[in-house]
Amino acid sequence: MLSLLERWLKHAALEAQEYVRLTRAAFHGVYTRPLYRHDIVEQFDQIGAGSLTVVLLAGLFTGAALASQTGLTLDQFGARPVVGRLVSASMIKELGPVLTALMLTGRIGSGIAAELGSMAVTDQINALRALGTDPVRKLVVPRVLAGIFMAPVLTVISDFIGILGGWVIARYQLQVNSGLYWSSITKGLYMQDVWMGLSKPFVFGFLIVTIACHVGLRTTGGTAGVGKSTTISVVAGSVAVIAADFFVTQIMIALLY
Amino acid sequence: MVTRTTTQTAKQILAEPGAPIVVFDHVQLAFDEKVVLADVSFTVIKGHTKVILGASGSGKSTILKIIVGLLKADAGVVWVNGQRVDQLSEPDLMSVRADLGMIFQEGALFDSLTVRENVGYKLYEETDMPLEEVDKRVEEVLGFIGLAEHIDKMPSELSGGQRRRVAIARAMAFKPSIMLYDEATTGLDPITGTTVDEEMIKLRDLENVSSIIVTHQLRDAFFVAEHMAHRDANGKVEVVPATPQKERQAEFIMLRDGLIIFEGDADSLRASQDPYIRDFLS
Repeated sequence: MLSLLERWLKHAALEAQEYVRLTRAAFHGVYTRPLYRHDIVEQFDQIGAGSLTVVLLAGLFTGAALASQTGLTLDQFGARPVVGRLVSASMIKELGPVLTALMLTGRIGSGIAAELGSMAVTDQINALRALGTDPVRKLVVPRVLAGIFMAPVLTVISDFIGILGGWVIARYQLQVNSGLYWSSITKGLYMQDVWMGLSKPFVFGFLIVTIACHVGLRTTGGTAGVGKSTTISVVAGSVAVIAADFFVTQIMIALLY
Repeated sequence: MVTRTTTQTAKQILAEPGAPIVVFDHVQLAFDEKVVLADVSFTVIKGHTKVILGASGSGKSTILKIIVGLLKADAGVVWVNGQRVDQLSEPDLMSVRADLGMIFQEGALFDSLTVRENVGYKLYEETDMPLEEVDKRVEEVLGFIGLAEHIDKMPSELSGGQRRRVAIARAMAFKPSIMLYDEATTGLDPITGTTVDEEMIKLRDLENVSSIIVTHQLRDAFFVAEHMAHRDANGKVEVVPATPQKERQAEFIMLRDGLIIFEGDADSLRASQDPYIRDFLS
């Protein structure tokens, strides 16, 4: 029993050490040459434009469902007209960043882990090294940059679409006047909320991509190993996003409010 | 100053015929409890061929990975092209790798790139060579291995043998002086395997490339050791039986339990009375 625990702890420590080593190498690769510009552009397109549909759909339905649910609760206090304020605050501060990140974990995290995992088990990573290319610079740096910078962009789009979805429900189901809906949003929104909502996706984007790259590059065991890595990447990425959301929220509350 | 002089001396030595281009000196490596290389020492002479034989899991591929610097030995000294690779960091290994071409098991072609992009990968990505020159070199090497018409195909559109040959083209595109073949013919039918063997022979004899061949395919090992490439007056290339002198330039190593149990030429290997080797050859 003790040896099992000891082995697990050793394995966890090794994984943490390798993860830190990878992120440090990725940071170093961002500001030193060579930088593979073509791969960076390609990853911005794949992670950014490629995730747009899923993020739009998730944002739209979340905002609409949120308006429906909060409309019922607000009715009990005769506060139906402030539904816009509640939808916007929830979307911008919490649901937009977290749901977008979870969508990205499913789409991008799994994709990266599967792609890099396949490359690892078919010796393509070793072939890159043998051909004089640093896999971290070629594969990890472009994905990390795209993750860090596209996650906030997608979150802003998701926030806006969510508020728009909320407006559709507020206007046609809850019969709230459009002007009232939009004015309650602008009146109820503070800069602190915006900063809170904008800071989270940078952290989430970084976590999703670095975890996926770490898991993918350490894949062993053929195609079965690739499947396992994909699952680990999604599970670890999702848990990391939710845990990071709690800590970033605490830090931002302490700093801004 | 001392380093410069040492480097110059190493270069002078390596420029001479018969110079040792790869040296393994009492190399050891273990993964946890499993000893992969117990004590391995050998030398590869410039322009010669070293064939490493052994059963699966005997450490053959590990030797190639140590030469390229993909793995680090636990003990011992490894010299490649006058540099001690066992002491070099990953960035410093890049200069050693610039002169090494490696063909991995199954080819390890990049799935997302075309044949042209695969073959010219190093030249496109890691050098400042003008694109027109890279394209020319890619077409030249694909012509050399007879796959020029497949230049714009994806690796998934190629047969197993074609993929191995593209992998050879990728490794030779930047004109390395040492080629490392890791089970280059495993899993191929005998006819396709012979085609790949002939590419290895042509590269060795026409481009003067030193070769280290890891395999457990005896037929291919003996074919490469006992044949040579010859270009006739019309420029036509033929693979013909090797002269006795050429045959002696191909040495065999047999690995067992992380140790070298045989080292010698093809005739000595065939004449060996060691029960394990007899068993392996039968």
